[in-house]
Amino acid sequence: MARAATTADAFNAVAEPRRRQILDVLAGGERPVNDLVMQLGLGQPQVSKHLRVLREVGLVEVRGEGRQRIYRLNGQALKPIHDWVKDYERSWEERFEALDELLEELKQKEEADGSSDE
Amino acid sequence: MVAVTSSGTAVVTLPKDTQIKIVREFNAPKHLVYKAYTTPELIRRWWNAKRGVVTVAEVDLQVGGKWRYVMVTPDGSDVGFHGEFREIVPNQRLVSTEIFEGMPGMEMPPEQGDDSAAVNTLTLTEKAGRTTLTILSDYPSREIRDIVIETGMEAGMQDAMDLLEEVAISLA
Repeated sequence: MARAATTADAFNAVAEPRRRQILDVLAGGERPVNDLVMQLGLGQPQVSKHLRVLREVGLVEVRGEGRQRIYRLNGQALKPIHDWVKDYERSWEERFEALDELLEELKQKEEADGSSDE
Repeated sequence: MVAVTSSGTAVVTLPKDTQIKIVREFNAPKHLVYKAYTTPELIRRWWNAKRGVVTVAEVDLQVGGKWRYVMVTPDGSDVGFHGEFREIVPNQRLVSTEIFEGMPGMEMPPEQGDDSAAVNTLTLTEKAGRTTLTILSDYPSREIRDIVIETGMEAGMQDAMDLLEEVAISLA
């Protein structure tokens, strides 16, 4: 279970609640730093620090526009985490597909019996 | 935030550090989904998908009543789960505990197993003959929740993400 203590992957980068909050905000569209500072109610240095970590693992990207620095989310970097849950999801989906078949059968049986109130 | 497609694809999200939420839509009324979920001979037919054989399916469907399922996996090992019903609203809501008999990497004699019990809340809602099934599982710790998700995978995880609910879905 032990995982290397490194900030160099997405798992660790999102372990910090404030960073998750930043990603949440960016999920709604790109934002200049000032917006993030306002929405999070944190100081600019702290926000910048979190943004740096997120940039290092590729979770956010930045571009300059005039004097502003605009951040946006890079969903691809979340893929390892996404995949982690995906396997679990797939195993349930297999199970549910078997349930789909069974339900079809139950529906037909019920129609044949002519009684739908149970 | 999470869209469930009409074709019915299971969507798993992690609303909290200690939770797993599964949502799936079925093209059947809820009383049939409930029936398939609570009737032993029907459970045997879907619970292990098509990957093995369910050898035990016992359900004492009353508050305080016990349930137990065992399946044999393709490699021949027994995997068992059991628990107790806590709340029953027929065709709508079922709250039960769930204990995995033999959590990988954990010593867990049956009598101590309660420490690792998840609390599962099954909710069924019907609309136009289709049923949305939601299972919300609450685990006693993030570690146990993570082990459940990993199911044999190597990677651990420092934290869960409620964020995933919003973002992962948008991945290509």
